Amino acid sequence: MEYHVTLPLAREEVQKLHIGDILYVSGYIFTARDEAHHKMLQIDKRSLPFTLSEMGLFHCGPLVKKEKTGWSVISAGPTTSTRMELFEDKFIEKYQISLIIGKGGMGEKTLKALQEYTCIYTSYTGGAGALAADRIQKVKAVYWLEELGMPEAVWIFKVKEFGPLIVSMDSHGKSMYKRA
Amino acid sequence: MITMKNEDIEKGIIQLIKKAETELPVDVIKALKNASRIEEGIAKIQIDTILKNVELAQKSSRPMCQDTGIQTFFIDVGTDFPYIGELKKWITNAVKKATIEIPLRPNTVDPLTNENHKDNTGDHVPYLTWDFSKGDHVSITAFPKGGGSENMSKLGMLKPGVGIDGVKDFIVDEMIKAGGNPCPPTVVGVGIGGGADLALKLAKKSLLRPIGIRHEHPPIAQIENELINRINKSGIGPMGLGGKTTVLDVHIEKAHRHPASLPVGISVQCWADRRAQMIIHSDGMWEVK
Repeated sequence: MEYHVTLPLAREEVQKLHIGDILYVSGYIFTARDEAHHKMLQIDKRSLPFTLSEMGLFHCGPLVKKEKTGWSVISAGPTTSTRMELFEDKFIEKYQISLIIGKGGMGEKTLKALQEYTCIYTSYTGGAGALAADRIQKVKAVYWLEELGMPEAVWIFKVKEFGPLIVSMDSHGKSMYKRA
Repeated sequence: MITMKNEDIEKGIIQLIKKAETELPVDVIKALKNASRIEEGIAKIQIDTILKNVELAQKSSRPMCQDTGIQTFFIDVGTDFPYIGELKKWITNAVKKATIEIPLRPNTVDPLTNENHKDNTGDHVPYLTWDFSKGDHVSITAFPKGGGSENMSKLGMLKPGVGIDGVKDFIVDEMIKAGGNPCPPTVVGVGIGGGADLALKLAKKSLLRPIGIRHEHPPIAQIENELINRINKSGIGPMGLGGKTTVLDVHIEKAHRHPASLPVGISVQCWADRRAQMIIHSDGMWEVK
């Protein structure tokens, strides 16, 4: 099935999605790689200047350019998700994440957390950075840019019809990577 | 006179990097189009998304992937080229400028402090491999290498007793373990023999050979064909989501080994098999192709 949805996803919306479904999302997503995950797990949730549960989590280290009027996204495909397997279950729990966008799939710990906290993992075509950037309407904000550098910083993007995302790990304990 | 040339040749090298980052070689596009014809369902969606992305990147001349890689160059220097001593400086300066002009993602991080150098240079980077031949011109291949595929590199110091069958099994097993992580369909480079470093070096160098070109030595070509079939039969498919195309090609190079060692190096390249060439002539004229 193909779905066009607006973020944040309600619990019921997440539950009706199954592996093999194709998703296009609109709304806000934030990027987080290894260092951003680590940092946000350390700090007090209330001190974050943004609410993560309302956004999709995008495993991505984008290529962005500073223009006179703000940031423009040049290329922004997904990074390898399995690196985040170390702490993704705790991250989903702490920030009530309902949608993850990445590539390559994740492991058992994450699959369990997806089930427990009603979340889905979706795959965007790895390397398709120019096409992804084309669906990003604007950069709303960036955090920890100086400290973490461009790829590891947390970027908040407004996206429209971002996809095709393949639901590859659902909230019912199924994973396409296991099957493959 | 040489100062005049500096800037002009750096411009050429920036163009070389830009071509590599924004346009896929024709052999890669051809292989991806073939994959699109034989795949269906989600596997076909992945390949078609890749092809759409490649087209958009070329049309808008921006990097096809946000991971613009570690800047890697293979340089063949004619020993009569008059400015051999300038080459490293030209390339390093061009990488710094290209980072801003193209732009490239700042991808060089100090492994001890985690500090990003912000201009794609740093200790031993850009990474340069030098070969020398007769003549008065220089040929440079730009080969920006992404992190996701590089992370799937492997070195096996096998026992010589396992023989060539052991070598084949090692390669197939490792590629199945890699699954969707290196952004399949990939190109797998293999170096058999030598010492540990040479096996990996040959593996990476073999990736410069265009897709579809078999090794000139028939027994090696045959092993390449066998490995392509075995890895594709795994069903890992594009992006690890299942399908017929896990590899676009397998390239093997060999070196003689020590009697006690059987090193096997594997270097994996994602579908974004980015390569571009440049010739610099002795009079300072250059061309990017």
